[in-house]
Amino acid sequence: MKRIDHSEASSKFIKAKDHLEFHDKRLWDLRKKRDRESEHLPEWEELRTLASAIKEHTLTHLADYLEEFERNAIANGATVHWARDAAEHNQIVLDILQANGARTLVKAKSMLTDECEMRPFLETRGIEVMETDLGERIQQLDDEPPSHIVVPAVHKLRGDVARVFAEKIGTDPANSDVHYLAESQRTHTRPYFLRAEAGMTGANFAVAETGTVVVCTNEGNADLSVNLPKLHIASVGVEKVIPKIEHLGVFVRMLSRSALGSPITQLTSHFRAPRPGAQMHVILVDNGRVERLGMADFWPSLKCIRCGACMNTCPVYRRSGGLSYGATYSGPIGVIIDPTFNLRKFSLLPFASTLNGSCTSVCPVRINIHEQIYKWRQVIAERNQLPIVKQEAMRAAGKVLASPRLYRAAAEAANAGISKLPRMVVYNPLNAWGRQREVPDAPLLTFRQWYLKFRSPKK
Amino acid sequence: MSAREDILARVRKNQPAPTGLPAVPTFDGDSTVPLLERFKAGVVRMGGKVVAAPDGPLDALIRSLHPEARVVCSATAAVAGTYPLDPSRPPAQLDGVDVGVVRAVFGVAETGSVWLTGAQFKVNALGFLSQHLVVLLDPARIVANMHHAYRERAQFDAPYGVFMTGPSATADIEGVLIHGAQGIRSLTVVLEAATSSGSGSSRRVP
Repeated sequence: MKRIDHSEASSKFIKAKDHLEFHDKRLWDLRKKRDRESEHLPEWEELRTLASAIKEHTLTHLADYLEEFERNAIANGATVHWARDAAEHNQIVLDILQANGARTLVKAKSMLTDECEMRPFLETRGIEVMETDLGERIQQLDDEPPSHIVVPAVHKLRGDVARVFAEKIGTDPANSDVHYLAESQRTHTRPYFLRAEAGMTGANFAVAETGTVVVCTNEGNADLSVNLPKLHIASVGVEKVIPKIEHLGVFVRMLSRSALGSPITQLTSHFRAPRPGAQMHVILVDNGRVERLGMADFWPSLKCIRCGACMNTCPVYRRSGGLSYGATYSGPIGVIIDPTFNLRKFSLLPFASTLNGSCTSVCPVRINIHEQIYKWRQVIAERNQLPIVKQEAMRAAGKVLASPRLYRAAAEAANAGISKLPRMVVYNPLNAWGRQREVPDAPLLTFRQWYLKFRSPKK
Repeated sequence: MSAREDILARVRKNQPAPTGLPAVPTFDGDSTVPLLERFKAGVVRMGGKVVAAPDGPLDALIRSLHPEARVVCSATAAVAGTYPLDPSRPPAQLDGVDVGVVRAVFGVAETGSVWLTGAQFKVNALGFLSQHLVVLLDPARIVANMHHAYRERAQFDAPYGVFMTGPSATADIEGVLIHGAQGIRSLTVVLEAATSSGSGSSRRVP
C-alpha cells in the first residue's frame, strides 16, 4: 500500500491561500475559546486528572466493563453485537437493515462509521445513506471524507459549499449566504427523517452501569435520527465505555469546552432503551483498538474522547488541513493512532509535527500525545519504514552530531554557505527548510567560536 | 470462537496493570451568584430565552411569544395547545408543529440546560420536529452543575433523556453560528413553579 506523503499532500492545500488563512484562523479561534472556558473553571486541571484516571481505570478493567455494559443493555431491551473489524461491523449493520426491510438510513456523525468506510459498503448494496450533520453532509455530497473530527468541512469556504449544494441539491449557485445554505440543508433533510426506516448514531460514551449510549451533538440530527424511525443502530468503539452515570459529569463538562469552547453541546442525549415497538442495536467494535490496548507506549491514546482540541492547537494541522493526512483521524491524535491501522501506509504521519507539546497540554484526558509522536518515530525507524532520503539524512546527521570535530566543521561551513552562496543554491529543491520560509541570517560566529572568544577561561 | 469471545479474551490478555477509580467531587465552588441567575445567563449564552411565568394563562403567553404560530402542541396539562399529542400515532405526525410545549424535570445552572425524558415529551420527537420549543421549569428545581445533575441518579434510568441547552445550532460553515439547524429554531424557558396553580388543570385553557 502506498505511503501517505503528508508534506506532498499539504502543498496543494497551502497553495489555496484564502483557504489556508481562514482554516488557520478559524481553528485558532476555537483554541482561544477553549482557553477562555478552561480558565473560567478553577477545577479544570483537576477535571483533566480525573478524566484521565477514570479512562485509565476503565481501560485496565475493560473486559469487565464491556460485559457489564452488554448485560445492562440487553436487560434494557437492546440487542448487542460484537465486531472484530470494519468488515464485520459493516456486515452487521447491513444484516440488521435487511432483516427489517430498511432501505433508507438517516445517520448522525460518527467517526467510527467513517473509519469502517461503512457508507460506500451500504450504498453499493442498495441502502440510501443520509448524513444529517451539516458538515458531514457537505463532505458526503462532495465525495470527500471529513477533514476534522468535530467540524468535518472546516477546510471549505462558503463558496465551496454553495458550489456543492448547487450541483447536488439544487440551491442557487450564486447564493453563498451561510444562513441560506444551512436552511437549504434543513429543508432538504427533513423529509428523510420523516420517512427513513432506520437511524444511526455513534457514541461519545457508553455507560456500563446502565447500558446507556450517550451522544453529544448540536444540530438535533441525532435525536431526530433515533426518535423517528423504529430502528436505532449505535456503533460504539470498545474504548468508549465508562463505569458509571456520575462519571459523565466529568466528561460532559470537558468535551464541548475542549472542542468548541462552549460549556456543553446543545444536546446531550442518553439512549438507554428502545421506545415501545422500536428496536435498539448496539455494535461494540474492536477494529484495532484491542491490539493498541496491548501496546505499552501507545495504549493511553485509547483515552481519547475525540474533542479535536489537539488538532485546533497544532500549527502543522492548522496549516496543512486534515485531508493531507490521508486517514480518518488527522492532526496530533491521528498521527499516533493511524500507524496502528497500517504502519507502512501511515509511517510518515508522525513526522507531521513540530513536537511542541501543545497537543498534550490541551488534551482533556491528558494523553501524552507529543511523547507518543516521538516514540512512533523511533518505532518507524527501527522497523525500517523511513523513506530513503530521510534514512540517509538521519545517518549523516547521526555521524556529524556524534563527532564534535565534524559538527564544528559543518556548522562553520553552513554559516559561511548561507551568507555567501547565491539564493538559488541555498533554496535548492532538496532543502525542505527553504520552502515556504526564509532561512535566517547566518550569525557572524558559531556559538563555539563566540564562546572561545568571549567566555573561555583564559589561562 | 465468536467475535464476542475473541474480543473479550484479547482484551483480558492486553489490559495494562489495573489502576484505581477516583471519587468524583461535586465541585461546589464558592460562587455568590444565585443559581437562578447563573441558569438564566447559561440559557442566554447558548441562544435560548428565559421568561417569567405570566399572571394570566400560559396559552396566552405562548401566543405572545410566537404570534405567527398556527399549531401549538403541548405535552403538559398546563397548556392546552391547538393540536392533541397522541403517543399512539407515528411521531412524524408532529412535523407540522410550530410550537411544542413541555415541562422539564430540572435545570442546570452551570450550562443553562434543561433535563427532559420520554415521560415529559410523551412523544420524544416533539422536542425536535417542532419549529420552536417552550419549556416550563420550576425555578426551585435548578442544580448547580453537571456533577449535581448526574447525581439525580433515578432520572438516568429513563429509556430516553436529554439535556437540552438552547435551540439546535450549527457553525459548520465558516464558523457562522446558526440557531435552528435540524431541530428547534428557538427555545424559551418559562420559569413557573410546578406547585402553583399554573401546572394544574384549573388553569387549563379550553
